[in-house]
Amino acid sequence: MNVFNLLSLAWKALSRNKIRTFLTMLGIIIGVGAVITMVSIGEGSKESIRSQLSSMGSNMLTIRPFSNSTIGGGARLGSTGLQTLKVEDAVTIQKQASYITDVSPAVSTSGQAINASLNWPTSLQGVSPSYLNIRDWKLQSGISFTDDDVATSSKVCLLGQTVVNNIFTGGENPVGKVIRFKKIPLKVIGVLEKKGENTFGQDQDDIILAPYTTVQKRILAITYVQTIYASAVDEKSSDTATKEVSAILRANHKLKYSEIDDFTVRTQAELISTMSSTSQLLTVLLTAIAAISLLVGGIGIMNIMYVSVTERTKEIGLRMAIGARGIDILLQFLTEAILISITGGVIGVVLGISASKLVTVFLSWPTLVSEYSVILSFAVCAITGVFFGYYPAQKASRLDPIEALRYE
Amino acid sequence: MANKILDIIDLKREFKMGSETVRALKGVSFSVDAGEFVTIMGSSGSGKTTLLNILGCLDKPTDGKYLLDGADVKSLSRNELAKLRNRKIGFVFQSYNLLARTSALENVELPLLYNADVPTKERREKAMHALEAVRLADRMDHMPNQLSGGQQQRVAIARSLVNEPVMILADEATGNLDTRTSYEIMALLQELNSKQGLTIVFVTHENDIAVFSSRTVTLKDGRVIKDVKNENVHSAKDALAALPVEKDDQKLPVEKDDQK
Ligand SMILES: Nc1ncnc2c1ncn2[C@@H]1O[C@H](COP(=O)(O)OP(=O)(O)OP(=O)(O)O)[C@@H](O)[C@H]1O
Ligand SMILES: [Mg+2]
Repeated sequence: MNVFNLLSLAWKALSRNKIRTFLTMLGIIIGVGAVITMVSIGEGSKESIRSQLSSMGSNMLTIRPFSNSTIGGGARLGSTGLQTLKVEDAVTIQKQASYITDVSPAVSTSGQAINASLNWPTSLQGVSPSYLNIRDWKLQSGISFTDDDVATSSKVCLLGQTVVNNIFTGGENPVGKVIRFKKIPLKVIGVLEKKGENTFGQDQDDIILAPYTTVQKRILAITYVQTIYASAVDEKSSDTATKEVSAILRANHKLKYSEIDDFTVRTQAELISTMSSTSQLLTVLLTAIAAISLLVGGIGIMNIMYVSVTERTKEIGLRMAIGARGIDILLQFLTEAILISITGGVIGVVLGISASKLVTVFLSWPTLVSEYSVILSFAVCAITGVFFGYYPAQKASRLDPIEALRYE
Repeated sequence: MANKILDIIDLKREFKMGSETVRALKGVSFSVDAGEFVTIMGSSGSGKTTLLNILGCLDKPTDGKYLLDGADVKSLSRNELAKLRNRKIGFVFQSYNLLARTSALENVELPLLYNADVPTKERREKAMHALEAVRLADRMDHMPNQLSGGQQQRVAIARSLVNEPVMILADEATGNLDTRTSYEIMALLQELNSKQGLTIVFVTHENDIAVFSSRTVTLKDGRVIKDVKNENVHSAKDALAALPVEKDDQKLPVEKDDQK
């Protein structure tokens, strides 16, 4: 018998028991639909985390001091109290590292920002002009401060949207105004574009940027820097850039071979991978649950195929009596099982994709229907059909013709 | 003489029913030559169906030898037996065994489905031909439950003929037919027997059917009690012509529903 004959036989047999066929198929439909929906929710959240993190500048490197020695009774200092990073470190990195494009030293402090009668607790970040490049941050209005402003520790600043909203009344243009931060007057020369919340839920717009020298000298009265931000030439070279920066800093800090780093270099890529591994776990869990429902669907097929073989024992006997071989009977029942699972699979795929879209529309969760989940669940479906259909079909094919014919 | 197509030697068939053993065949021996038309007679329960099932390679004897066209059936594999049943043997069951909810035409097509030598295109044509031979062409789209007992029997006969077998094994194939249709079937079988040399083994318990065959084997209690050549074979065609002509203008014969 050729494939066409087998399919038409299977189609006839299945359409004779429409409701039963549909219910059996439903197990597979729900299974496949669930796998695709779950994977697309998982993939969607992974993708959204990735894009949020890259909005922070996906090739950004964060260099912080790190205590490599213990003092007194063995207590180690936290990174805030450490003074090992200097402006010179940033300068050397900028000069020597070939995988680094921009470098910015950073110091930050928090306090009250005041404009006329309005005030708002926020943080002031002292950086160099290249910080905006590193963070991939644009200005909404005004201009940025320059290296000259850094050199002269001029009292200028850029405001984040949240700060603007809280200390300026609607419609008022902040550019050109002078605000006060910890009693120091700062002239607003630009307003930053809105960035929104970061992955950790922090409001990135609740910030004031000023030249780092201004913050160091006029507000904090320190010479060290708390953080150095740098950007690698591209995301792929983050790791190479990290090694390069480490080597430069070790040399700068004159660390001996036996000494460990007195700084840490974190890449955004690292953060992306930790974050996406969390959501990867979520995907795996969701998929496992969905896969179990696919398994249950498969068992449903097996069950109904056994019932069908028993019910149609007489038919099997007759077919054998007029010349069907075991393999013909086997293929006949196997085709039915596969037809159920594949049709169920197709409907499940359509349903899964639609469900993913609905989740995005109504729950506004990000979803991403990945090709691999469609192909995989479809393949699993076909295999399910073969696997769970095989045993009942084999049982049918091994029947004795006369016994089967006599079956009541 | 012609070659022996069937040769059974001391065939026994026992059925185990719990502690009891039913001995349906207690040592049956005879042979059938190619081209013979044999009727097997005997009272109900004498073992006719049991014997025919073994001859049709559907059942296996408990003991004894069965040579089909010279080959020992015992040595054949399941697949070889299946092929034999498909190509060489046309089997008509006492209880028809038509597939429910499957049209007459599809029922007749069934053996062709398992014959790789018949292309899909020819299948329908051949099946229609077979249905025409049993005068059921106008009922080909009917399901078995939309056919009378006699019509179902004729579908079963058409199904046994469709693959052009070398041997027809029929179990009470005219049991549910009226005289006219019975004679028509017998005429058809006689024609196939004489023109194509088809071997026919025909189980019946009606004497007026047995007269159309060339030999009668009688069973009783699982043994052959009589095996006689019929010197005076009647022609079913002539018998048909001799029937009263009153029903001639009717397209379809009226069946009597005398299922026993
Ligand atoms: N599967 C079986 N299990 C047990 N006993 C059986 C089985 N098949 C047949 N028999 C017994 O074997 C004997 C012969 O049965 P068989 O069907 O061959 O009779 P038959 O000659 O065809 O009768 P009829 O003319 O009524 O069809 C009977 O006594 C029957 O009860
Ligand atoms: Mg019988």
